[in-house]
Amino acid sequence: MMRRAGISSEARQGLTMIAPPFGYALLLLAAPLATIVAYSFFKDGYLTVIREFTLENYRAVWADPIFHRIMVRSLVVSALVTLVTVVLAFPVAYFLSFVVSPQRKSLWLFLITIPFWTSYLVRVFLWKVIMAPNGVINSAFLETGLIDSPFRMLNTVSAIVATLAHAYAPFAILPIFVALEKIDRSLLEAGRDLGETRLMTFWRVTLPLAMPGVIAAVLIVFIPTIGDYVTPTLIGGGKIPMIANMIQSQMLDQDNRPMGSALAVTAMLLVAICALVFLLLNRRFLRVRQ
Amino acid sequence: MNGQTEGRAQGRGLRAYAILYLLFLYAPIVLLPIFAFNSGTIIAFPLKGFTTEWFAQMAGNATLRRALGNSLTIAVSSAVFATCLGIFAARASTRFRFPGKGAAMGLIMLPLVLPEIIISVSLLVVLLGMGIKLSILTVILGHTLICMPYAITVLSTAFSSLDPALEEAAYDLGETKWGAFRLVILPLVMPGIISALLISFTISLDEFIIAFFLAGNEPTLPTYIFSQLRFPKAIPMIMALGTVLVALSIVLLAIAEYFRRRGIARAGLKDTGGFL
Repeated sequence: MMRRAGISSEARQGLTMIAPPFGYALLLLAAPLATIVAYSFFKDGYLTVIREFTLENYRAVWADPIFHRIMVRSLVVSALVTLVTVVLAFPVAYFLSFVVSPQRKSLWLFLITIPFWTSYLVRVFLWKVIMAPNGVINSAFLETGLIDSPFRMLNTVSAIVATLAHAYAPFAILPIFVALEKIDRSLLEAGRDLGETRLMTFWRVTLPLAMPGVIAAVLIVFIPTIGDYVTPTLIGGGKIPMIANMIQSQMLDQDNRPMGSALAVTAMLLVAICALVFLLLNRRFLRVRQ
Repeated sequence: MNGQTEGRAQGRGLRAYAILYLLFLYAPIVLLPIFAFNSGTIIAFPLKGFTTEWFAQMAGNATLRRALGNSLTIAVSSAVFATCLGIFAARASTRFRFPGKGAAMGLIMLPLVLPEIIISVSLLVVLLGMGIKLSILTVILGHTLICMPYAITVLSTAFSSLDPALEEAAYDLGETKWGAFRLVILPLVMPGIISALLISFTISLDEFIIAFFLAGNEPTLPTYIFSQLRFPKAIPMIMALGTVLVALSIVLLAIAEYFRRRGIARAGLKDTGGFL
């Protein structure tokens, strides 16, 4: 009865505790995000922003065929990266969880995370070195005489996909690994005892139980890759710009902040819609968890 | 074939796949030292000869030294700020129940899934709108924001493994709240704190897009590297720099991992592995 009257002392302590980091996030994340939403409805003046409501930025963004191409390309590239990364990562996560002995697990995880922590820029650039016309792959093939002229690998969507699949590998492996670790092993034995084959047990027991991890992996790879700036610039050679390159050019090169904001907000909305649609499609698997 | 041999064969297949996958993960990194010590100025095979010239060039580069200084200042400050703020958030989320907890934590952890370009652009717009000059300080503000969720992830593990009885015992023995925190909780979560500091430091040191937008005219290590990648002449030196950075992050991560494991061992938990 007393508790209903005011806020409990535990809640008060918790709120006091969370205040500094929450305040920081409010000031440096929520407020700036609200600002670009507001800016996206303002007019661009020369080197200033005119605070007058307009839908012109969005109209311009949506009417622009270049924007359409870049947006669709970003979504397709991100979806491909996500598919490739998660499909390649799943067997590794499965191996870590089901085959590796418990004492060796953290060593394997450590080995997998090391490349992720080393200079992202340098790693992306090295993929350029690997895939260049005189690069590692081509010089190896030319040397052995299998081909006469080098493959063209740079400035293609598949090169961008390969590079990003490399960069985001741990983001896919770790959530799937965590989900697999949570599976009660006796369920698998039960499946086998009831006469299922190994494959069917995997299909009907392991995979559905691992789905929350797969879903987390998909979201955690898809959302940041869509905003990647470095890989399209270096591997795409600037010829295959993605949304981040377009936002950057509006914001910095052309100094059109309202238009840049409208692009950023549109990108955010599209990403959020894709994520929500994906989550809705997976409602069945998300319910398994509870 | 009976079930067991089938299972073992499957295990072998998976192991082979995992090793191939590791090769894919390490392929670019293995090339770094090879080209860093290669005397040819073009980054391609066949190799020319052994040289340490690029390391000497790197050491004698004044702009690079300035970029390194800036990056270290930024990384140390953001690591300290992110970890301090992270301690509050991790403690609040693991120890207390309060209204709005999910929403508050959601906002704090948002940078984990928000594309960095959005964070940089929105911060840029606000800072310019407020007339704040872009500098190292503005990068620190941005890096603290994106390092905080990683620090919280590590710290939450440390805080959630605390036994509340230890804290209560300290109160019963006459300690104040602050005393109990300083004498009981802090030493127990110290490995988590060190590990959070190192991870935030590594993330900040490597972060490009926020520094690219918010650093103004001050180069950081990644923005300097990015600017040099356009000049073929500068590439061998960048390979040398990359080699040093890789070695450095492996050392830092090994230390972070050591402290994380020690923390887990101290709390008597089973190691579930991984920083994330």
